[in-house]
Amino acid sequence: MTTLTKPEDAPAPAGSDAFLSVRDLHVRFSTEDGVVKAVDGLSFDLERGTTLGIVGESGSGKSVTNLTILGLHNPLTTTIEGEIVLDGKELITATEAELERLRGNKMAMIFQDALTALSPYHSVGRQIGEPFRKHTGASKREARERAIEMLEKVGIPHAQRRVDDYPHQFSGGMRQRVMIAMSLVCNPDLLIADEPTTALDVTVQAQILDLLKDLQQEFGSAIIMITHDLGVVANMADDLLVMYAGRAVERGTVREVLKSPQHPYTWGLLGSMPRLTADVDEPLTPIPGAPPSLLNPPSGCPFHPRCGFRGEVEGSDRCVDIRPELPEGRGAACHLTLDQKSRIFTETIRPRLG
Amino acid sequence: MLRFILRRTFGAMLILLLISAFTFFMYYAIPQDPATLACGKNCTPDALAIIHKNLGLDDPIPVQYWKFLSGIFVGRDFAVGHCPAPCFGVSFRDQQMVWSTIMDRFPLTLSLTIGGLIVFLIVGLGTGMIAARYRGTWLDKVFSSISLVLSSFQIYFLGPIVLGIFVYSTGWLDKPKYVPFSDNPGQWFMGLLIPWVVMSVIFTANYTRMSRSTMIEQLQEEHVRAARAKGMTGRYVFFRYAWRGSLIPILTILGMDLSALLGGAVVTEFTFGLAGIGRLAVESVVGKDLPKLMGVMLFSAAFILLLNVIVDALYAVIDPRVRLS
Amino acid sequence: MSDAVSDEKTAVAADTIPGQRDMDPAEPLMRVRDLKKHFPVKGGFPIKRTIGAVQAVDGVSFDVFPGEALGLVGESGCGKSTTGRLLTRLMEPTQGTISYRGKDISRSTRRQLSPIRSEIQMIFQDPYASLNPRQTVGTIISSPMEINGINPPGGREARVRELLETVGLNPEHYNRFPHEFSGGQRQRIGVARALALKPKLIVADEPVSALDVSIQAQVVNLLQEVQREMGIAFVFIAHDLAVVRHFSQRVAVMYLGKIVEIADRTSLYTGPRHPYTHALMSAVPDADIDAEKKERIRLEGDVPSPISPPSGCRFRTRCWKAQDKCAQEEPPLIQLSGNTEGHLTACHFPEDPTIEARAEDIVLDPALAALEGEDD
Repeated sequence: MTTLTKPEDAPAPAGSDAFLSVRDLHVRFSTEDGVVKAVDGLSFDLERGTTLGIVGESGSGKSVTNLTILGLHNPLTTTIEGEIVLDGKELITATEAELERLRGNKMAMIFQDALTALSPYHSVGRQIGEPFRKHTGASKREARERAIEMLEKVGIPHAQRRVDDYPHQFSGGMRQRVMIAMSLVCNPDLLIADEPTTALDVTVQAQILDLLKDLQQEFGSAIIMITHDLGVVANMADDLLVMYAGRAVERGTVREVLKSPQHPYTWGLLGSMPRLTADVDEPLTPIPGAPPSLLNPPSGCPFHPRCGFRGEVEGSDRCVDIRPELPEGRGAACHLTLDQKSRIFTETIRPRLG
Repeated sequence: MLRFILRRTFGAMLILLLISAFTFFMYYAIPQDPATLACGKNCTPDALAIIHKNLGLDDPIPVQYWKFLSGIFVGRDFAVGHCPAPCFGVSFRDQQMVWSTIMDRFPLTLSLTIGGLIVFLIVGLGTGMIAARYRGTWLDKVFSSISLVLSSFQIYFLGPIVLGIFVYSTGWLDKPKYVPFSDNPGQWFMGLLIPWVVMSVIFTANYTRMSRSTMIEQLQEEHVRAARAKGMTGRYVFFRYAWRGSLIPILTILGMDLSALLGGAVVTEFTFGLAGIGRLAVESVVGKDLPKLMGVMLFSAAFILLLNVIVDALYAVIDPRVRLS
Repeated sequence: MSDAVSDEKTAVAADTIPGQRDMDPAEPLMRVRDLKKHFPVKGGFPIKRTIGAVQAVDGVSFDVFPGEALGLVGESGCGKSTTGRLLTRLMEPTQGTISYRGKDISRSTRRQLSPIRSEIQMIFQDPYASLNPRQTVGTIISSPMEINGINPPGGREARVRELLETVGLNPEHYNRFPHEFSGGQRQRIGVARALALKPKLIVADEPVSALDVSIQAQVVNLLQEVQREMGIAFVFIAHDLAVVRHFSQRVAVMYLGKIVEIADRTSLYTGPRHPYTHALMSAVPDADIDAEKKERIRLEGDVPSPISPPSGCRFRTRCWKAQDKCAQEEPPLIQLSGNTEGHLTACHFPEDPTIEARAEDIVLDPALAALEGEDD
């Protein structure tokens, strides 16, 4: 289950044998206001059939990372450095034609809002069948049959009839199922789900999350699950990556990160989130301030302006001057020592979580 | 779908009725006896009375209006003879049936508007799409600048210049003239080529800019990105996903531009000395010729409304959300 | 940092409601009875006419007591936001009464309402859309005072600065425009505006759902602070069950325009009786991976359309316990035996009051049932 923990002498990036390996990824956009450092030195691995949760707030770079994996950024305004290797194939240097053969086939994406991500002008059957035709060379009729099969699989009643309907004729939850059917139609090895349930009602979210889990078992895809909801990753993911201001600040297995988090930002996220079983008399402990602008991110540790534990770090201003590195495997990008982290969490943070 | 078109047609009828009533009663609000126009210079009270009777001007105005309306559907009898349905009355000036005058002039205007429409849609949308596809490159800049310059021209300014260059100086083309399509399609085309191009120029520029911006907007839509994420090629997504959506705002503007199009045809007719509906309209206003004026007004309105119904129907063709709701 | 509010001071015992000086806490501040809001649906040919109605709110009754926070929770289309708008009279009710301090305001004219308007305020979901971008923060916050002709001692500007401080913003930012603030700060401006007239009741419609998690908590704490320190009653509308539980002493669960269950927080969250409340609770993903096993209920499909809601009990089409009776008879909202005082449930066949795991999961979703069936 643990896929991120690697031997101490982790080999050089190129030697990484993970199914998906992202190494020192930098993504910058040039905008009218300046250069946005959307992703700043991100590395992670993902094994087949496992789920990696990426958690972060808006502007943390979690969505950009995934568009970059698929190669869907705007080439005119975006600069990318680093390495993305999918099953031995380097994606950043790949040609557009090579990427087109992979997209929808080996790697697919589930978008947040199926209402905007499905074209209003084409029937769902056509939209599901399209990538199937392209990647398998199937005929129109075969693609339609496949679309019906997929619709049945994701639980759309009367799939035979509904295959010719348009997205607006479906309810929100059913539309998201169509989206899932579309992404799984070529049985991809990698599935990127970008906040797949955020736009849905809670009872529908539960159906969709379970559906994704069950389908993963059947299709064996690796999933990158992007979300802001720690509850969702606790439910879905094997490993967890916490992102802040374009950087990964903590990683580990879901259990490690949620049960003994090491980064003050992760503590903040946990303390901000009311839970159904928490003590109601305990006030939430929010993170002060607001996420930084990526046009001009803070020096050193990007979290230092909002961090309540800077005072504990030895050596004044290390947090301001030196960027803490995220170690390979389990760990957090923070200047606090391991002992400090575990002491602060046990003594200060955990009691508040109730 | 059928119900949708029926509803629009029904609405168009209501609008026509309102236009006719408005024009009719406005005309009689002008304190001048229309019969004196027909009567001419050597008018005697007796002659005036006869004309009054012949034109049906003795009836109360609502009755006249009713006779006018019913005439459109069942025809009317005038002193000058029977006026078969659709009867828009008889001209005060030349005693001709208004309907046949309109039918004489209309083919030219129809050719002009539809031809101009096709030219500016093809050129405008085409250049706009190219500009959007190659956004930020020199091609985009050239197209965008040309469209900006062209949009500031006027037909009456551009017309003589084009005539001067292509007809009078070089003699490459003949002076514009109207030959009915049924007589000789080749001459019909060559005769109207210059008016089409000149007339469409003022519209083309707008449609280039609009097509460019709506295409760029569409290309940023999530469903376009999702189609790319499925592995569809850039070209496929451009035409199958983005273009379809970009047509909807363009259609909206087109619907509003239709009356301007007819206005453009009027100016074009004048610029090139062609005798179409536009000229007829001006003649009837200057001549205070109510039946002709009514006829032209209603006919043009009906024409524009018909085009509008077609545009509305196109919405339904393009967008299933309109079709299926 | 101006955005940071000290959070320690809010640690007040949650269930104690600060008494209002001029009110009897046992008397409801607002009494809502059989409130309905139907939106006409137009259609037909050739002349459009009303052919139906979206029954957005269809007969809800509840009380709001002085100083308490009542949560309204439910999924999209349940009518919670419409209810909020009816309470603040931003919308006209189709039927039913809303009485405020014993006075029926459901049909009051604008003029009759004006003395009460200042006492009932609203906070909206979208801090971007609900602030006029061309007005300074000072103008935005002082406008309720201006409209109601209120001149606080020391002047309006002083009062606005005081309010800015209360909501954790820098009073120096008086002359700034909304776009200069982050989402969380904008929501604070919205709170300051609502507080300007010293209201007795605030209706907060999804006040934190547009905000990032860390900012959400700041705003929730702020609202809780003003609620407790100023003794303001809240109607807190949200879809997030955990946020509602955290904020509200009593909670009403809505489904398709009706209240299906209403109770004090503890009773509702630990001993829900309505199957829908059970389904809702079980659907919330828990961040605690070692939490005790909850029951697993996966409903089928989405909420039906409120244009033609199911007969009888509206939840019956997605309910695993539904019988003929549910289609024929609408269950009344009553106190079931074994429930505490004030815990009302509208169900013919209520569930056991527990959310612990069942012997067998309830999986009504056909796709899940099929996929999970294969595994066995």
